Amino acid sequence: MKHIANWALDIAALRGASYADVRVVAQRSRALTTKNGKVGSASDAESVGMSVRAIADGAWGFAASSELGRGAVEATAAQAVEIARASARVKQEDVRLAPEKPAVAEWSTPYKIDPFTVSVEKNIELLLKIDAELCSVAGITLAETNLNFNREEQWFVSSEGADIHQTKLSTGAGYAAYAFAGNEIQKRSFPNSYGGQWQNKGYELIEELKLVENARRIAEEAVALHHADQCPEGKFDIILDSSQLGLQIHESVGHPIELDRVLGMEANFAGTSFLTIDKLRKLRYGSELVNVVADARQEHGPGLGTFGFDDEGVAAQCTPIITNGLFTGYLSSRETAHTIGENRSGGTLRAEGWNRLPMIRMTNISLLPGEKPLSLEQLIAGTDHGILMQTNRSWSIDDKRYNFQFGCEIGWEIKNGKRVRMVKNPSYSGITTEFWNALDAICSREEWTLWGTPNCGKGQPQQVMGTGHGAAPSRFRGIKVGSAFKS
Amino acid sequence: MLTHEQAGEIFDRIKKLSSADEVEVLFSGGRFALTRFANNTIHQNVAEENHVVSVRSVFGGRTARAFTNKFDEESLRQVVRSAESLAKVQHPDVDLLPMPDARSADGADGTPVLTQVVPSRHFQQTADITPELRAEGVSKIVGVAQKHKLTAAGVFSSAESLEGIFNSRGLSRWHTQTSAEISITMLAADSSGWQKANSPDVANLNPLALAEVAAQKALDSARPREIPAWKYTVILEPAAVLDIVGFMFWDYSGMAILDQRSFLTGRIGTKLFGNNITIWDDVAHPLQTGSPFDGEGVQRQRVGLVENGIVKRVVYARATAERMKRSEHKNKVGPIEATGHGFALPNEMGEMPLNIVFAPVGDPQTVEQMIASTEHGVLVTRLWYIREVEPFEKMLTGMTRDGTFLVENGRVQGGVRNFRFNESLIHMLSKVEAMSTPVRSCGEESFDMVVPAMKVKEFNFTEVTKF
Repeated sequence: MKHIANWALDIAALRGASYADVRVVAQRSRALTTKNGKVGSASDAESVGMSVRAIADGAWGFAASSELGRGAVEATAAQAVEIARASARVKQEDVRLAPEKPAVAEWSTPYKIDPFTVSVEKNIELLLKIDAELCSVAGITLAETNLNFNREEQWFVSSEGADIHQTKLSTGAGYAAYAFAGNEIQKRSFPNSYGGQWQNKGYELIEELKLVENARRIAEEAVALHHADQCPEGKFDIILDSSQLGLQIHESVGHPIELDRVLGMEANFAGTSFLTIDKLRKLRYGSELVNVVADARQEHGPGLGTFGFDDEGVAAQCTPIITNGLFTGYLSSRETAHTIGENRSGGTLRAEGWNRLPMIRMTNISLLPGEKPLSLEQLIAGTDHGILMQTNRSWSIDDKRYNFQFGCEIGWEIKNGKRVRMVKNPSYSGITTEFWNALDAICSREEWTLWGTPNCGKGQPQQVMGTGHGAAPSRFRGIKVGSAFKS
Repeated sequence: MLTHEQAGEIFDRIKKLSSADEVEVLFSGGRFALTRFANNTIHQNVAEENHVVSVRSVFGGRTARAFTNKFDEESLRQVVRSAESLAKVQHPDVDLLPMPDARSADGADGTPVLTQVVPSRHFQQTADITPELRAEGVSKIVGVAQKHKLTAAGVFSSAESLEGIFNSRGLSRWHTQTSAEISITMLAADSSGWQKANSPDVANLNPLALAEVAAQKALDSARPREIPAWKYTVILEPAAVLDIVGFMFWDYSGMAILDQRSFLTGRIGTKLFGNNITIWDDVAHPLQTGSPFDGEGVQRQRVGLVENGIVKRVVYARATAERMKRSEHKNKVGPIEATGHGFALPNEMGEMPLNIVFAPVGDPQTVEQMIASTEHGVLVTRLWYIREVEPFEKMLTGMTRDGTFLVENGRVQGGVRNFRFNESLIHMLSKVEAMSTPVRSCGEESFDMVVPAMKVKEFNFTEVTKF
């Protein structure tokens, strides 16, 4: 594949590009689902292609093609340079790239079992077994399960001499049980909603998730929610389970720290950010307990934001984002690093595939666990009156990432350190920095999970990317609960 | 771009490689380019060409699909092998129907459906747009921003695309279309304004006019006041209407009723909305786009979903219609027949109406007339980050964005800080006091539709944000 990339680099240079990089990408995926005892869909997909990113006349151009013959590759490179020259007609200043020592490297996701070697029959058998468990509970009206495997092999070369071959593998699985009765639809999901748990791992993830073992409980909870009281409305101490907290981190920390958003580059679609550059190292983002990192390194764990190099050849890094409550870092790229006084990119540029332009994406944005031993049960035991909320059901946040509202699938009222009743339709809302400053307890490492969000949308044309979010259950004091349902 | 003839040749090669009882091949793709600008600068500028072929194989009630974007002999052999090996290990699906032939795809009983002719949606002028032409359009937009001392961000995109389907029963369908789109956000120190439009024909887009409206909204909403969250009379511009109503159309599906995940379960034939709400799905409407056939090649019918507030029926894929005829719901869901709205098989969702058209009312009002008749209310340009909070009352939450204004005594009185809403779609569409003439509209929260602006009573804003 490298010779294909070199054809493109040669033409880009010949046409006058001052910088160019080329990605040749081969993606393979398998998706299996069931619904109410039947296979819902079964598909395999492969997509292969290449793209050229070039700077000419101080501006960017990008072109991509699925054709890998020499003529098509060279035409694509020439097109990227032509587009760059068109871009230069509307610019305020030339693109500046932070220096990066060109890497020559091989990297691949560590895994134990290649999921593509596990037979489809075995996978379908597993999903139908879960499905049967869910449907065996009286009152369940819809059961859905899913398994997903993805492999992406990429060759990256640049006009500066970078030459990186990287293979990433990810696995995802989950299920949901719905109960319709009267005028109400209730739902429970496992291990998380909207596709379950995803990690950069092999089939071993499926074996770790204990999918079948939890199916009956999940279905029973979906039915039981019909008989539960409505979650009370007012100000409460709330405890979020780690999956809901992972999404809270994604929306109210991960997106606002994207430097392209901060600089206005996403203003037309995803929005901007309240985290203007003057707030760096000055804003009290959260309480003293809040420590958040953006960590793409393998040692952080097998998150969907784990890799060896980003899609402009910068090695994976760990950036402190919030340090003891103080806002300390952004997600940056070679083009944007200088705007925050950095002389190196934070290594966060990623593309959905061969035909998409890399852009700043969350890596693994994780809230570090509490240092003192604290289990979820101990946290509940130390709470006088509050609501424990589990598993996301709805999420919404404004385009500067201040005001948010989340709904969860299930809640539990806590009184005097004990769960006293199940409550349905729990929701909470707030303002980002007020919320993080209300955090007063984080469970310790044993309760910490690195969740995968496989469906983060951003950019025009929109790109879907996987991100990772480590979190342990945490408590927040005096949070507004239930305004979604206030009549 | 791949032609119908080339696709037919590829299908013939796939058919020869196939050992399945039946085989179906879908084609999609084309050429796409997008010029993106922010801070009055073109900062991203992309182009791609890609074609995808997917093969669905059937062996005795077992089916599966495989995709590739490579058309060489070995890749086609591999994609056929993948589809067949996946299909062979499925359990037989009793609901799977034989693939339709050309005659049956024209109508449920083989009779061609009486429908309007779908106009050509391919315009050479749009297909021929160059990076230079897009840059010229962006330059005009940035010029407007600079004239008003604003900062512009947005996109100017163009595309030429195809959809095709062939099957071993002789069905062959092909559709090509072009599309151009401009979206603009104008940013001021503490306010913003937005406009977006698209069309198969770039001649219908006016970047200067869109830029001026977006700029005026940014200027007029400067120094926004905070007013309390409350149940206000709101005037929703067409993009805001599209953003929110789009969340209910997944439920206008026979499969959603069978799955009991639709808010219409047990409610078809009942009056859910106001008398002034009538909704069609109509792919042939002159302001609509898209292909005239569904994921199995069945011709899309014009379907009346809601008439004077009464939900009349839902749409069906072929297999869903047959299942519904055997179900306990069969006497409670209105007409049951394949309507040409199915997704490509196999899938879990069944079908969905994607060419929504709101019927015009007899006494349409312009947005200006709605403002003039409003004593105290809020004018909303667009909505954002909408999610479903409660599925059966269709309770949705989301934010206002890029131009939210206080209306008092029949006049716009300046910008206000953005609101969060928690509102039931059933409630909202029962409280529509006035509507404009429906127009083709596009947003970011839902698919393109032909919708009016609406003046709605008691729209439930629950919180105010910081800007």
